[in-house]
Amino acid sequence: MEFFQVQFSKADLLVVAPELVLAGFALLILLMSAFIRSERKGFLGYTALVGVIVAFVSLYWEMGIEASAFSDMVRIDPFSLFFKVMILIIVLLTVLISLAYVKREGIDFGEYYVLVFFAAVGMMLMASGANLLIIFLGLEVMSISIYILAGIMRDDVRSVEAAFKYFLLGAFASAFLLYGIALTYASTGTLDLGGIGRILAERTWINGLPILITGLALLIVGFGFKIALVPFHMWTPDVYEGAPTSVTAFMATGVKAAGFAAFVRVFFFALPSLQPYWTEIMWGLAVATMTVGNIIALSQDNIKRMLAYSSIAHAGYILVAFVAGNELGQSSILFYLLAYCFMNLGAFTVVILLGKKGEENTLISDYAGLGFGHPLLAVAMAIFMFSLAGVPPTAGFMAKFYVFSAAVKANYYWLAVIGVLNSAVAAYYYLRVLIYMYFREPEKELTIGGFSPAAVLAVIISVWGVLHIGILPSAFLSLARRSIEFLL
Amino acid sequence: MMLSQYVPVLFIIGLGIFFAVFAVVASRLLGPRRINPAKASPYECGMITLGPTHQAIPIKYYIIAMLFLVFDLEVVFLYPWAVIFRTLGVFGFVEMMIFIFILLVGFIYIWKKGALEWE
Repeated sequence: MEFFQVQFSKADLLVVAPELVLAGFALLILLMSAFIRSERKGFLGYTALVGVIVAFVSLYWEMGIEASAFSDMVRIDPFSLFFKVMILIIVLLTVLISLAYVKREGIDFGEYYVLVFFAAVGMMLMASGANLLIIFLGLEVMSISIYILAGIMRDDVRSVEAAFKYFLLGAFASAFLLYGIALTYASTGTLDLGGIGRILAERTWINGLPILITGLALLIVGFGFKIALVPFHMWTPDVYEGAPTSVTAFMATGVKAAGFAAFVRVFFFALPSLQPYWTEIMWGLAVATMTVGNIIALSQDNIKRMLAYSSIAHAGYILVAFVAGNELGQSSILFYLLAYCFMNLGAFTVVILLGKKGEENTLISDYAGLGFGHPLLAVAMAIFMFSLAGVPPTAGFMAKFYVFSAAVKANYYWLAVIGVLNSAVAAYYYLRVLIYMYFREPEKELTIGGFSPAAVLAVIISVWGVLHIGILPSAFLSLARRSIEFLL
Repeated sequence: MMLSQYVPVLFIIGLGIFFAVFAVVASRLLGPRRINPAKASPYECGMITLGPTHQAIPIKYYIIAMLFLVFDLEVVFLYPWAVIFRTLGVFGFVEMMIFIFILLVGFIYIWKKGALEWE
């Protein structure tokens, strides 16, 4: 009966403290939403805000600790701490932009915040999981919440279509990932990431190498779907366009960050011995992802679709750093994700601020003359577009700079050249938004429906993030390096 | 000798018989009885059907079935927990209470939201 003696202590709870806080608040909001009167629903959003702040505070006790809990299932280390902070920033900004948006669109259910919180719990488990099963569990918790969130506008056909498409394809991708995990287990005999790494490093020959390589390929498919790599990107534009914009912002940043967190931990921590096998596949995926994402984005008229293809392209840039795989490359993965979450959330917040009920104003031509009508918003949008395009002194420039210099240092000259050419192509469609904003006469009157102070605060935080990371990058890069170096 | 081990079984049998008899007698004493021809007929089962019986099942049934599945699974988890209750000790008890509490929150939620109301 030794098996049932569960090792458990208070320290274990500390390791998952922010997850517990978020889950607890999710349950609280769920109960409140059932009992609260409908005219006082706005209270739910503020409760969610308090929940995020308490989760931030709970992270304070985790700083500097390196420990594993629940029989090595979950780890707290600088790497997971980095991603937990990032995910909490994303949740905070999402809640801020949602406060007014959900009321405007008539989706101000308590369930909205509950699902955002549960998705965040899943993301954090993916970032801190030290066992393939926990990573899969986190991925499912995150995905199922987001399937529902994408379809939360039940009367909107596109929202329902987005949810259904994402659900069907996502379930399929989960099966790929699970099969990959099964085959990895079959050839190594363990699900523990550290254990897999040790077994692969010790053995000069590996029992059933073809099985392991097949498992590796299936893992790439599973993670590649979640972070929208070409050719597993087909769902991205439709889902991003159809989902409510605040949810799009959340999934474009949060899902990608959590997906890359698990991807990096599995591949650099558990499977580094197989690097010769996966580097070339990743090389091809990176080139395809960057090129396809950028070229299709050129012809988009809808800004949400354009940002969807741009998010595919950005996943490609991050993959360049993944291929480089050296110290700078690995830290620039984290750096790039941090920069990307600020600039992308900021851009989506501006999109939200410019729409109103029944009139989303998501065509790029709707932005004509914005620079004169709403100069401050236009400046913010311009900063985000410059950052996404990679123009100094913004975060996007430094992120691209580190990624491409990592590729050059690792002697992947062609990859760096293709990446730089791609960012030149990308500049066209980002700057097109600016041209519409500043050099075109407005075609119609743009009225901001319901000015929201919280969303403006989110824009200010994003602008601050983009400029701070862009102007003083070295502190963030060394933070990223400290966060990932212990994995090596 | 070994037979003493079966005392709890005997006790359970006795309890079962008692409960069955008690339920039947109590319902006979307490329950109102209004007999009509359909009820009095052998193999009585619900009302006499009106019209065709091949109809689409209302979607409401789907929700009830889904909710049933959730709480049925809760019971499935309770069984193995009960088997090793002693070895798990306080830790197992607290953990199970948390699990039940989370489902209880869900139960209050669906109840309050009216998912259990048929009409």
